[in-house]
Amino acid sequence: MVNFLKYKFIYFFISLLVIGVGLFSFFKWGYRYSIDFVGGSNLDYQLNKDITESALQKALNNSKIQIVYLKIDGKVINLRTKELEQNQENNLKTALEKDLKVKITVLKSETVGPILGRETIIKTGVASIFAILGILIYMSIAFKGFNFALAAILATVHDLLVVVGSYSIISHFFGAEVDTMFVTAVLTTMSFSVHDTIVIFDKIREYLQTENQENIEYFANRALTETMVRSINNSMTIVFMLLALALMGGSTIKFFIIALLIGTVTGTYSSPFIATPILVWLEKRRKK
Amino acid sequence: MKRFLKIIFYLSLIALVIWIDMPEALRQKYKITSSLDFSLLGIKVRKTFKTSLGLDLKGGSHLVFEADTKNTKQEDLQDSLSSARDIIEKRVNFFGVSEPTVQTLKSGNNYRIAVDLPGIEKVDEAITLIGKTAQLTFREEKILDDKSASPTATLVETKLTGTHIKKASVDFNQQDGKPQVALSFNDEGAKLFGEITQRNVGKPLAIVVDNSLISAPTVQQAILDGNAVITGNFTVDEAKKLAISINSGALPLSIKLVEEKNIGPTLGANEVKKSVYAGGIGLSAVLIFMVLFYGKLGLIASLALIIYGLISYAIFRTIPVVLTLPGVAGFILSIGMAVDSNILIFERIKEELRKGREFDIAFRLGFGRAIDAIKDANITTLLVSFILFNPLNWEFLPQFGMVRGFALTLAIGVATSLFTGVVITKRLISMFYKVK
Repeated sequence: MVNFLKYKFIYFFISLLVIGVGLFSFFKWGYRYSIDFVGGSNLDYQLNKDITESALQKALNNSKIQIVYLKIDGKVINLRTKELEQNQENNLKTALEKDLKVKITVLKSETVGPILGRETIIKTGVASIFAILGILIYMSIAFKGFNFALAAILATVHDLLVVVGSYSIISHFFGAEVDTMFVTAVLTTMSFSVHDTIVIFDKIREYLQTENQENIEYFANRALTETMVRSINNSMTIVFMLLALALMGGSTIKFFIIALLIGTVTGTYSSPFIATPILVWLEKRRKK
Repeated sequence: MKRFLKIIFYLSLIALVIWIDMPEALRQKYKITSSLDFSLLGIKVRKTFKTSLGLDLKGGSHLVFEADTKNTKQEDLQDSLSSARDIIEKRVNFFGVSEPTVQTLKSGNNYRIAVDLPGIEKVDEAITLIGKTAQLTFREEKILDDKSASPTATLVETKLTGTHIKKASVDFNQQDGKPQVALSFNDEGAKLFGEITQRNVGKPLAIVVDNSLISAPTVQQAILDGNAVITGNFTVDEAKKLAISINSGALPLSIKLVEEKNIGPTLGANEVKKSVYAGGIGLSAVLIFMVLFYGKLGLIASLALIIYGLISYAIFRTIPVVLTLPGVAGFILSIGMAVDSNILIFERIKEELRKGREFDIAFRLGFGRAIDAIKDANITTLLVSFILFNPLNWEFLPQFGMVRGFALTLAIGVATSLFTGVVITKRLISMFYKVK
């Protein structure tokens, strides 16, 4: 049996570090929000030859359309603008084709009105609150013990902070956007995190019921030793799947998959290293 | 005997699943049908199995219109909205896209109509046609001041309008072969048209659509059979559009475009190819990992996993679930989670074996213990997917297609994995692991 709990301060330190850096980025840089949330137009154009950023910039200046964000990826350009009408969009395309002497194929063009965006934010918020409440209620029922539920929830909050914080870093440096898919990834992470914690807590509960001992710390270490291989193996299979998708899958879901990947890793980490030490601490406090 | 029946049952289940999953190309090669059509106890069963792809995968447009309900009475609102929906559906059908969907959404005090047009390319045209309010009127000449030396004539509206038209269709002029729009009136319309033509013989009768004069033929004689044609310099396409907008009539509410998403066909096809490829690589990695780590048990789990994948896919094709990119991701994630059930079971069995138990007993005990944890752990996933999918269409929750696609495939995946993880794996272990 390995005494995992001995190093609990190291685990907490690692978590604090990751969350700290993430939150620093979150408050300093914030996010780039997708048009789903703030409205605007998003255009993906495929060109038939390479162009330089300065040439594109010049052509865009001529078009007098306010550009929020611009990215060139080989022959594909991505433009974020304020909300465009259909004819403005057509004009922009024609103007670019003329100025840059290229042929444009529209890969994707999206426009969302600002009202719709605001509404999506509210609805997504409501959905998240429902999901969190649902998980809370379920945990309390499933474990018939407040401490179990509380420990699992704290671990879930930990995972939430990790994903939210690190996504802001990705958002700042790689241009990932917060959209409805990101919210989906966060909610999936939460459910996954609870899933993993349940497997460990299930063991601890079993020992508490079947063996006449009161040493929670011993039981926790034993449960961790027995579930560690399973936890890692399980995560590995999901990580394999997600990694393959992130590296080779479609570009439109890349950041969604990366958010899920971060969620899977932190969800696996938090169950033994955050939820369990907290549970032990809570149970010991209760005994005193 | 019982064992024999069980084997028959599982074999036929596998055969059914394979038949449903069979790709279109193979079906054509071997001329295997993809639809069911038979009567069972008087109930007609008709079902075609196919994979339906979402807009993001096959390209197309997603449009959301907001209805202006200011001038509509509260009690008429539902009726106006659903008739607007029907009219838009008729107009959309003109574009000949496969499986368009038109649905009304309510959000607070806002009423919206969402239109999905898979595979459409000329989206501007579609937007114009959907929002168009074609108002057809017939106008006759009226002499204003017939006592003066030079009488001036003006066109005044008659009682006959587009609402009196039973059907408008495109046909071709017998003399010059040009396309024209043929109208047939309902009974009241036929009577009105008869009266109008009677009193206007030798005079022009103007046909006006949306305040623009389309044509003003001179009435040769009274027409009493309730049929008329609109001639003009139409192309076939224009004639078709006119016919469709007369047919569908005016929208009872005015609508405004608030969201538009267009995905070109090349992007989608590319994404599908990449994701399927990535899924294949990911799956192989998982299978290799399982075999390396768990040996013979891992092989069984891999087999169970493949069966799991086939069953889930068969369910997608049967319902049918519209597969979007996030949906594919949800499916792939659920494969990862399905492996988990197997790992849980194996670890438990190993644990019991370590305690020195016989394989049979360890197998039974381990299984029983693992099932509890599997059930508990999967409920939260189902809970979250329920909220994301929003099956009752509650307006305070998100109603977006992308998130729904993910939640649906994830939920089906998890539910299926409960079945395969528990039933199939157990069966496979007891089949192949007996002798040791």
